[in-house]
Amino acid sequence: MSNAVDPLLVLILVVNFFAVGTSRLRALITASAAQGLLIGALTAAIHGNIYVRGLLITVGAIVLKGIVIPSMLERATRDLAVRREIEPFIGYGASLLLCAVGTGLSLLFARTLPLAPEHQGSLLVPAALATVLTGFILLTSRRKAITQVVGYLILENGVFIMGLTLVNVMPFLVETGVLLDLFVGVFVMGIMIHHINREFASIDTGHLSKLKD
Amino acid sequence: MALALIAVPLVLALIAFAVPSERARPWLLPACGACHLALTVAAIRAPSVSAVDGWLDLDAPARVILAVLSTLFFVCSFYIPGYLAAEGQQHPVRASEPPPSSAGMARLLQTSTDGANRQFCAVFLVFLAMMTLVTLSRSLGLMWVGVEATTLASAPLIFFHRDPRSLEATWKYLLICSVGIALALLGSFFLGYSALRAGLRPTLLLDQMVQQAPLLSKPWLHSAFVLAFIGYGTKMGLAPMHTWLPDAHSEAPSPVSAMLSGALLNCAFLAILRFYRICSAAGEATFARETMIAAGLLSMAVAGVFMVRQKDYKRMLAYSSVEHMGILVLGVGIGGAGVFGALLHVVNNAFTKGALFLMAGNIQRAFESKSTDDVGGALRRVPLTGAIFLAGFFAITGAPPFGLFLSEFTILNAAVSAGRFLVAAAFLGMLAVVFMSMGSTVLAVVQGKPRDGDPDSGFREGFFSVAPAAVLLAVVLLLGVYVPRPLEALLREAAASLDASQEPVDAPVGPPGQQRFAQRRVAP
Repeated sequence: MSNAVDPLLVLILVVNFFAVGTSRLRALITASAAQGLLIGALTAAIHGNIYVRGLLITVGAIVLKGIVIPSMLERATRDLAVRREIEPFIGYGASLLLCAVGTGLSLLFARTLPLAPEHQGSLLVPAALATVLTGFILLTSRRKAITQVVGYLILENGVFIMGLTLVNVMPFLVETGVLLDLFVGVFVMGIMIHHINREFASIDTGHLSKLKD
Repeated sequence: MALALIAVPLVLALIAFAVPSERARPWLLPACGACHLALTVAAIRAPSVSAVDGWLDLDAPARVILAVLSTLFFVCSFYIPGYLAAEGQQHPVRASEPPPSSAGMARLLQTSTDGANRQFCAVFLVFLAMMTLVTLSRSLGLMWVGVEATTLASAPLIFFHRDPRSLEATWKYLLICSVGIALALLGSFFLGYSALRAGLRPTLLLDQMVQQAPLLSKPWLHSAFVLAFIGYGTKMGLAPMHTWLPDAHSEAPSPVSAMLSGALLNCAFLAILRFYRICSAAGEATFARETMIAAGLLSMAVAGVFMVRQKDYKRMLAYSSVEHMGILVLGVGIGGAGVFGALLHVVNNAFTKGALFLMAGNIQRAFESKSTDDVGGALRRVPLTGAIFLAGFFAITGAPPFGLFLSEFTILNAAVSAGRFLVAAAFLGMLAVVFMSMGSTVLAVVQGKPRDGDPDSGFREGFFSVAPAAVLLAVVLLLGVYVPRPLEALLREAAASLDASQEPVDAPVGPPGQQRFAQRRVAP
């Protein structure tokens, strides 16, 4: 593990706050792209000596999380003429506060868990938990389908960071499978967003309220 | 063999994509079902089907789930050609809309019925392959990939009708399940970390995990189980994470609902069982079992509440799935003979629910409505369907002599003999609530007279629209009076592998008259 790990994790946490605080969808997607690139860099930093496998995963993470998926979402917002998240269920200030509390709790929680010697004092585990929580906040507090997908992406990023603690365990097949599933998942969600937009002329998930008891 | 089980449906999916004939294409599904079932039987009889360095194999619980999955698919697949033909007539090709600029994404989901038929057949086969992958995978990572892939493969199936309701159901299904499963992945990583923390060579391979289990770091193991239980529990439809299930299962086409309820939920159950097995090997079974009992009772209660005066009969069946998934985890949580009961219940519930959903599909086609406001007198308009639906209702609520009576009685018996009287009482009380609330909806559907002046929907019962459900229900009836020896041996082996104390399961199961088979010990 190189010295670049902790600074990269701090940047990832900063991106979390930015994503929760912004109302512009373009900025949100850019944030998720930035986080994807940071995670790619983090993968490289943790894999240390770059051999073929580490290189493949790094490139895979950068290409999928940093470029392909954000540009898919980017295209969707351009076509849909959606610019801003309107009337979130939880306001931006409150979301930021929640995010701060979540990050603090993650730091505390990670202290109570017994860490392996190589991760003591590192931000890896708390950053993973904080990113998962950030994804949750976005998923539950926003109405636009695109924002929810970005929330899911950020949550997955958190899970991926946790997975990096196990670089030597996670077999290549699983890492690739995780990335592939994420990609196909977002792709299918993109298709559904397209249909939601065509059906309701909006991607506000508030329209999806017919089915209830 | 393991690879063939996954590859055959995938290859046939490709062929389904290539076949031009709309009428011939759906018959690939029964063909695939037959091959898959033959391979499954061979795989279950083989001592080991290990492949790819032990990444794929079948343990005893997986054999049970795979057998149920394969049989249910085979029987249900005969229903599909007729169903798709009728759907094709009902919804003539929509006027093609001007392609929007994001057509790249939409190209996969065409609006014409030809696209719908082709896509349905191909995706259904991929869905089968992914469920098979879940049962076969011995690595928790690979299993996760499989479970997530089942979500993605089944989403287009739920969106089959292309209307706002199915759109809403699909969106909720995709998002809630994907998030749930992401948590399960986090749980899998936590489990890996618990080995890393203990200074072991970390792995996600199940067999090695079970061997190392006693040494694992306990706090990480607990967190891992909780996350995996929430994650895969979401997919399994346990309350309070079940919110997507009534929507998805009621809006999906009926043969899809049958597979979702009868096969996919069991795959998620298998995933939970694998985590439970590691927990119990680590000596932490009590913690896991209490969690399961609580979740099981809560699921039953929530399902019972929402079934009261439920007008939508497919939604009622969906809530019934929530209830029965609750019974499964409850049985495992009680332990002892309850584990055997839960596994027997997997078989019974899958077949009964499959039959009920297929018949609900017939009723929906005959009356063109899912609400008891418009539906009545199914026994008169579609007599065979109505009769099977009614019999299925008695079966699913645990009336003797159907198999569910036996499995539910076994679980109840286990609860009493474990001294969990409160759990047993709650279990019985909720079964009664479910019986009454389900009964009022089902009777409203089957009894009475069809409304006068209803336009004739043109639906007529045919051999293939009734026989699959009749076969499934006949199997459940048979299981109520006699559990075949190979199946019993399989269930016992599976239950023994999951039992925390590793003691042989020989508590009497079933009511007194049926203890014959229970006391017959099976040679290992």
